[in-house]
Amino acid sequence: MWKWLHSYADPERAYKLSSTLLPWFATLAIAFIGIGTIWGLGFAPTDYQQGDSYRIIFIHVPAASMSMAAYMGMATCSFIGLVWQIKSADWAAASIAPIGAVITFIALVTGATWGKPMWGTWWVWDARLTSELVLLFLYLGVISLYASFEDKVLAARAAGILAIVGVINIPIIKYSVDWWSSLHQPSTIRITEKSTMSTDMLYPLLINIFGFGLMIAAITLVRFRSEILARNGMRPWVRELAKAEGVK
Amino acid sequence: MKKGISYTQAFGTLLKRDLQIAVRHRGDIFNPLLFFVLVVTLFPLGIGPEPQVLTRVAPGIIWVAALLASMLSLERLFKADYVDGSLEQMLLSPQPLPLMVLAKVLAHWILTGVPLILVAPLLAVLLHLDTNSYGALIATLALGTPVLSLLGAIGVALTVGLRKGGVLLSLLILPLYIPVLIFATSAIDAAGMNLPYDGQLAIIGAMLIGSLTLAPFAIGASLRVSTN
Amino acid sequence: MVEQSKATTLVSASNLTCIREERILFDELSFEITEGEIVQIEGPNGAGKTSLLRIIAGLSRPYAGQINFKGEDINRCRDEYNDELLYLGHLAGVKSELTAEENLNFNLRISGYDGFDTREILAKVNLSGFEEALAGHLSAGQHRRTALARLWHTNCKIWLLDEPFTAIDKKGVEELEHLFLAHAQRGGCVILTTHQDMSVIGDDILRKIRLDYRFV
Repeated sequence: MWKWLHSYADPERAYKLSSTLLPWFATLAIAFIGIGTIWGLGFAPTDYQQGDSYRIIFIHVPAASMSMAAYMGMATCSFIGLVWQIKSADWAAASIAPIGAVITFIALVTGATWGKPMWGTWWVWDARLTSELVLLFLYLGVISLYASFEDKVLAARAAGILAIVGVINIPIIKYSVDWWSSLHQPSTIRITEKSTMSTDMLYPLLINIFGFGLMIAAITLVRFRSEILARNGMRPWVRELAKAEGVK
Repeated sequence: MKKGISYTQAFGTLLKRDLQIAVRHRGDIFNPLLFFVLVVTLFPLGIGPEPQVLTRVAPGIIWVAALLASMLSLERLFKADYVDGSLEQMLLSPQPLPLMVLAKVLAHWILTGVPLILVAPLLAVLLHLDTNSYGALIATLALGTPVLSLLGAIGVALTVGLRKGGVLLSLLILPLYIPVLIFATSAIDAAGMNLPYDGQLAIIGAMLIGSLTLAPFAIGASLRVSTN
Repeated sequence: MVEQSKATTLVSASNLTCIREERILFDELSFEITEGEIVQIEGPNGAGKTSLLRIIAGLSRPYAGQINFKGEDINRCRDEYNDELLYLGHLAGVKSELTAEENLNFNLRISGYDGFDTREILAKVNLSGFEEALAGHLSAGQHRRTALARLWHTNCKIWLLDEPFTAIDKKGVEELEHLFLAHAQRGGCVILTTHQDMSVIGDDILRKIRLDYRFV
């Protein structure tokens, strides 16, 4: 298995592989998100308590669940890059970080928007929103640390260490925030935890969650490809590629 | 030529050196402490002098000020050694790096954490902290500030080679401080209401042990990146 | 000459590539350094001399390739390697808040030495009478000597010295050169960079590794 992985550590092969995979991921992502969103917004039944405002769930929940998954993905890539010194993994981690940050931001904004009709205010120190906010800070830390180093090999190692430290801390932060919010919230506000969700709502939600995952993978591939080219600008194969594409 | 320095002796040598340098450079000890006192004094001026309000917010104010003071003082932890080349020598010494890092962090905590703990009760008086809470305040600071030093040192080690690391540092380490802040202030609140707070203390203690074992390795790895 | 042939390899580099700010400083660089050799890394400013020394010391990681110590990758035997390694960089590693004596004491103890006489060693670098002076108050040359004093009390085989003669007077340079020769005869090796001409160590003894400034 490691042999197989090592052959893709070669930048040129990694580039070609991601070029082959990209159209598949992109098409599937568009298809899934299209179906899920149209189903969710147009055909899923109206919630008897929240009316139509609940429908933001079809964006909010996929974004929130993927924000954490993207962080895990980034930290895994960093770990591989640090331990086995595979540079492609470093570049992959660097490509995921901004996407994860944007997804986290989307989760925060949709969460706040949802809060306005539900709680009558844009921001409530709800445990989930607070953890999401801290997650955004962690992402921004990794991104700005990566940007601060001029030598990108070093930048990847530094940001990688931070990402791994973050992963160890995420459960602790999440637990402490949950605990803190249960301590300070006088009235319990429940919006997502309805014990039974009708399948008509659940299916489009699941489809959208899956679609968001594919979309993140597709955008990561795009960024990964350009990261490879940027880091290997002096290699002959990149120059030939540029010539073939008609770049002067 | 005898080579016979044990790990304990190496640890002691480094600890002693850092304390010695700090004693000759007293500003490094007093400035963060002064900052801590000043920040705490600003709050009553900002939110009004009503004792009830101050009692309510005192634990939060003291702890947030402690976080900021710790971060401010940490910035210098590796800077001087980085600038004059001692850090390279530390990395190349045959002693294990995590051990030496631990000695430096301990020296730093003795110089900045301990004075902070000593001054805190005085500030608690200014803020009308509930009399039942003093024990909890001291206990949480005693267990919590070493965690701050250890976690913060990771961020400092990552940014020591950068020209403008200061603002970046706060972005890197303040999110990691959140759990300590939450459990410490809640312990003090609980003590003020005459409730048991040993659960919160136990959790902070667990964080201390966790960071004591893991952080030195992360700091060491970060220093190797920074001196590259 | 018999000695030369059976001398063992201390440090070897294989296929080193170093890239700084997207510029290739050197690539596919390989060499072996054996016991008893004095090697000068030469080249113009910006050619990567310091980078190469730092890579050999294990402070920097090369973009590709590896450094071996007695045939083993230094990343796998860092403790043994550090035990045999004495590196003095551009930066002296001398604390201005401490006295010359305290500095030397610390540097030696952190390298693992015990039971030495700092005054005796400082006398060898002409710092008698300055033991109690804060390093911050010493002249540039004395400051440098405080760092170099370690060379008189060490049993490390591999010396890596980046511009050791900076700020040292003529007599001091000669003393250092004699010290290097003696160290090489004891079976050690010296790898150094310098822009100064050496008078004691002749070209017949000195081996040179040349790095050229490359325009990508």
